[in-house]
Amino acid sequence: MTSNTEHFVAPVDETPLLATDAVKTDQAPLSLWADAWRKLRRRPMFIVSSLLILLLLTVALFPGLFTSVAPNNDCQLANSEAGPTSGHPLGFTLQGCDVYSRVIHGTQASLSVGILSVLAVIIIGVTLGALAGYYGGWLDAVLARLGDIFFALPIILGALVITQLPLFRENRSVWTVVLTISLLAWPQMARITRGAVIEVRNADFVTAARSLGVSKFGALVKHALPNALAPVIVLATLELGVFIVLEATLSFLGVGLPTSVMSWGNDISAANASIRTNPGILLYPAAALSITVLSFIMLGDAVRDALDPKSRQR
Amino acid sequence: MVRYILRRLLQVIPVFIGTTLLVYYMVFALPGDPIAALFGDRQPPQSVIDALRAQYNLDQPFWVQYGIFLKNLFTFNLGVDFTQQPIAAALARAFPVTAMLAVEALIIQAVFGIAFGVFAGLRKGKLFDSTVLIMSLVVIAVPTFVLGFVFQLVFGVQLGWAKPTVGANADWGNLILPAVVLGLVSFAYVLRLTRASVSENMNADYVRTATAKGLSRPRVVMAHILRNSLIPVVTYLGANLGGLMGGAIVTEGIFNVPGVGNKLFQAIQRSEGPTIVAIVSVLVLVFVVTNLLVDLLYAWLDPRIRYDQ
Repeated sequence: MTSNTEHFVAPVDETPLLATDAVKTDQAPLSLWADAWRKLRRRPMFIVSSLLILLLLTVALFPGLFTSVAPNNDCQLANSEAGPTSGHPLGFTLQGCDVYSRVIHGTQASLSVGILSVLAVIIIGVTLGALAGYYGGWLDAVLARLGDIFFALPIILGALVITQLPLFRENRSVWTVVLTISLLAWPQMARITRGAVIEVRNADFVTAARSLGVSKFGALVKHALPNALAPVIVLATLELGVFIVLEATLSFLGVGLPTSVMSWGNDISAANASIRTNPGILLYPAAALSITVLSFIMLGDAVRDALDPKSRQR
Repeated sequence: MVRYILRRLLQVIPVFIGTTLLVYYMVFALPGDPIAALFGDRQPPQSVIDALRAQYNLDQPFWVQYGIFLKNLFTFNLGVDFTQQPIAAALARAFPVTAMLAVEALIIQAVFGIAFGVFAGLRKGKLFDSTVLIMSLVVIAVPTFVLGFVFQLVFGVQLGWAKPTVGANADWGNLILPAVVLGLVSFAYVLRLTRASVSENMNADYVRTATAKGLSRPRVVMAHILRNSLIPVVTYLGANLGGLMGGAIVTEGIFNVPGVGNKLFQAIQRSEGPTIVAIVSVLVLVFVVTNLLVDLLYAWLDPRIRYDQ
């Protein structure tokens, strides 16, 4: 068979491949997380904040490494509001306790309230939000109304009411504070997760998984949810800081942690009495609290920038 | 627009009922007797307990109690607190003070937040921008009560620029210090929101058109960039007015401002159920209504919203 028509196809070497066209086939394409991690490693804000958080975690877990002074046992009223002496670099509180030791030992309460509340909020919020966003229907409608109700209640107001319930007032501990915070804060996490799951639930890779025989629930857990986690992680990091402030505020108002638990909020509240005579007693725990919150907020900010697809294109 | 207003109004009803029901249930129906809390360790005669229970309708079934409470709320008949003072009168005295404080804080955070945000957004990535951003993070990280004490100490006691506490006669002048403290945290959010919005709109097509047709830089910034950037900021400010009322609890306590927050805090420390529920319900009502107004304003500013759905 002879063909009398010419096929005008340009030869390959006429349009040479440029460097930008090259596809690196020898390495796997970067996932969202790997890409974000690569970008994070170069951000000074990320490095500084994670080092600070690492230090804070060490202080919280092993306070004995940083001070050998017992925070409560050696309190002597003779030392009341005394200035720094050798072995006691930050002076003494009104009750004659060592300020430095109390700041070090108070780390544990603040961090554990923050971390436990965020974990609880993630568990409740992500579960309900993902189910509502993925399945829709009555669960979605109920959740939306419930969310509206909680949003109409400013969080401090709600916390003040909840902590006054007899059940909470009589058993005040780290756990009641965690419960109070997570009861009030989960709707926001649920709302964020719901939005993120709705965005990916009709994506091609979810449809593909379903057509390969993955069950509907399996597709949610294995395919939709992992791709909707970015905003959840950002919110969780930011909320850690917010919850630590909330705990301190509640303790300061006298409805948070019991005074038997050493925490920065309680110490700031107690230092209120000596603010005009020796403001340092108030300022040191306040500084510790602010630095902790600042490092979590900085971390959240850096993670958000790294996970934001808009900034990825640059 | 009328349809949108109607739909939005209908949405308010379940939210308000749900919130008040939640608070009412938590205070009155959960285990623990609000009347017993009144007497502390002393056991009062049974006749006194019964009279008090009847006075606060605690002898009725829960739903009847809640119904009576709603009816009273809408007729502003809030009853008396445990010292026999009418709650409505106390609220009427305290509310203007808190409203004054919240409005003053709102003005401070709006003016400074938008001004700093616009300048930072126009110079994104420059020294001013990064300085302002880091400062805003620091402001967000320092809790309000710490800021309150530091400002009270520095400006009130050491420098003597303002009175450290407000006391009984609150006016615009002596509320400045608490208003700055109350507004500072949201100031940082307003700033960041304005900055993000401005820097995003700066590269919009209509801005390039405005510049290309020869408008001066101030005119492009004021009339084109700023106007379009302000929509999310206005929403945030409006939604925040209610939040300021809640945040006032801490600020009012530190500066001894005779406002609603102070009243609420006292009521909570005395475990006065009826007062707590009345104040929280009124605050929630204010919060819901301001949110409603902001949504309507938003729909009016941005037609896409009211035609959506």
